[in-house]
Amino acid sequence: MQEPRIRILVGKVGLDGHDRGVKIIARALRDAGYEVIYTGLHQTPEMVATTAIQEDVDAVGLSILSGAHNTLFPRVLGILKERGAGDVIVFGGGIIPREDILTLKEAGVREVFTPGATTSEVIDWVRRNVTPRAGAR
Amino acid sequence: MSNEPSRNRKDWELNTLGPVLARGPERRKEFSTVSSLPIERLYTEEDLDGSDPLRDLGLPGEYPFTRGIHPTMYRGRLWTMRQFSGFGSAADTNRRYHYLLEHGQTGLSVAFDLPTLMGRDSDDALSEGEVGREGVAIDTLEDMENLFRGIPLDQVSTSMTINSPAAVLFAMYLALAEKQGVPLETLEGTIQNDILKEYIAQKEWIYPPRPSIRIITDIMGFCAERVPKWNTISISGYHIREAGSTAAQELAFTLADGLGYIQAGIEAGLDVDVFAPRLSFFFNSHNDFFEEIAKMRAARRMWAHFMRERFGAKNPASWKLRFHTQTAGCSLTAQQPYNNVVRVTIQALAAVFGGTQSLHTNSLDESLALPTEDAVRIALRTQQIIAEESGAANVVDPLAGSYFVETLTNRMEAEALALIEKIDLLGGIVAAIEAGFPQKEIADASYRYQQQVDTAEKVVVGVNRYQVAGEDAIDVLKIPLEVEVEQKRRLASRKAERNGPAVAADLSAIGEAARKGSNLMPPILQAVRDYATVGEICGAMKAVFGEYREVSVF
Repeated sequence: MQEPRIRILVGKVGLDGHDRGVKIIARALRDAGYEVIYTGLHQTPEMVATTAIQEDVDAVGLSILSGAHNTLFPRVLGILKERGAGDVIVFGGGIIPREDILTLKEAGVREVFTPGATTSEVIDWVRRNVTPRAGAR
Repeated sequence: MSNEPSRNRKDWELNTLGPVLARGPERRKEFSTVSSLPIERLYTEEDLDGSDPLRDLGLPGEYPFTRGIHPTMYRGRLWTMRQFSGFGSAADTNRRYHYLLEHGQTGLSVAFDLPTLMGRDSDDALSEGEVGREGVAIDTLEDMENLFRGIPLDQVSTSMTINSPAAVLFAMYLALAEKQGVPLETLEGTIQNDILKEYIAQKEWIYPPRPSIRIITDIMGFCAERVPKWNTISISGYHIREAGSTAAQELAFTLADGLGYIQAGIEAGLDVDVFAPRLSFFFNSHNDFFEEIAKMRAARRMWAHFMRERFGAKNPASWKLRFHTQTAGCSLTAQQPYNNVVRVTIQALAAVFGGTQSLHTNSLDESLALPTEDAVRIALRTQQIIAEESGAANVVDPLAGSYFVETLTNRMEAEALALIEKIDLLGGIVAAIEAGFPQKEIADASYRYQQQVDTAEKVVVGVNRYQVAGEDAIDVLKIPLEVEVEQKRRLASRKAERNGPAVAADLSAIGEAARKGSNLMPPILQAVRDYATVGEICGAMKAVFGEYREVSVF
């Protein structure tokens, strides 16, 4: 039996327009064999969570370079949980100071990548940590 | 090895180089710039066959300005040291401005927060978590008054990085000048106002391209009459490069944007020799020292050619490409952040050898957060050391005549011209953007570069070579969440105090001007005087012009 293909939503949340990193990650994950959906820019946490649920993804990777990570990550996690999709793995990256990373991880963000992270680090992490969600598809 | 000196490169390769290569290879099979432009082992006068120094370089202050736009360059006056700065509330940023001015900075540069850049108020739902975080929050003229408190506008030049809502923030600056009693015709400064690169790279837009360009030509027309010393557009390659372009792509897309604005101004009935001298440029300076210098020198020559030959500009001021430079934010690493001071020094020196008119040096902590005061001071001191200790400012265009630098300058020009020809064939820059051409080129280049970094084909010190484990964290600037609460409170009380019916009338006058095609600046100026908000004014135009939606490619 063929293994189900892992689906990942990568997204930009908030008003931040820096999309260099998110596009590189989207492409690298796609080239690594994942099914990748990109939200496009200027999404609200609500929009990201809705897309994640509609597209039935296994993980959500968010890119935030605007400093709004402490507000926006927990908001996405909260909405996913409210709608019974708390098992979707949320990870992310951006300009994020170390002490904020600890807070974000406590809030349920599984991993945070900072400038200098390689695409292979991200892919390796996804390979080790993202599995198809139980009951999905 | 022969004892006789070689008479040309071929002889040298045979007599001197050959035996050395026979003993062992060089460090790499191929060498290239950070943008992957191949670099030869050696450049000699043979590489400059067919070039004519007087025609291609000219002399400083003369067409085609390859050697600089002023005859004396930094011997006459140093570049303007202009640190881009803004965070938290207007009062927080005002304190930083006073600090920078006290430490010898010579111009101000305003960084607005994301809601302001997107034309939204601090109480907009999409602004949540972003207020004052990446720049200063400005909602009404009151915030602008606080931002410049104690700073007479006739004694500074101010650059404002604002694009889609540029007309509104510029109008606030004008209204503030009126309040200070400073005549508009004496004001000096720049608004970035470069919407084309927003669609290409920076992605902070409101309206679709064509109405956006109409707003820009309204600003150019207004300034030609009322604020003649103001730079109306800073045509920016910085963000294009940050989005991952190569140096040649940065050069090409920036000049193509410039050609688009010139064309639009002419089509709007403006005299090219009146508005063109008020356009300035803004380039990135990355790590590859010579490539950056070549890019900046090529830019001046290309622009002079375009202006005189394509547009028939007669005023020498129209031919001169003046530019600001910022060191490359994307080159900074979160790992071993003190190394960033060295990167910034190299990049800043390249900008000086490239002949920049003003310079922002990034702070060492900017891969982690907005900079602290201490980090900004080191960045400013870096410029001051280059200016006053290194000797780099003592001579005009010191690298001219270098076989390598001149060859690379020619090469940058050729690469950029080829891209501009493609854009011309697509029907100009607006059509090219609508077709996604520059966006796709940049995404491809940025992905290629990332792969080169991942495989360590391109070395990033501290990231893919010379790493250390368990680095100590450095102190970073924190923006408390109360900034947002406080800003919303200030906005609410201002809205309650102002003359509501006057604001409503101002906003409908803006809608009317947008529909009828009359100049938008006068009604916007009136609205900001009455404390209409950035969001309200942009909203009034959005109701007429609509909103831009990007088709994303990755």
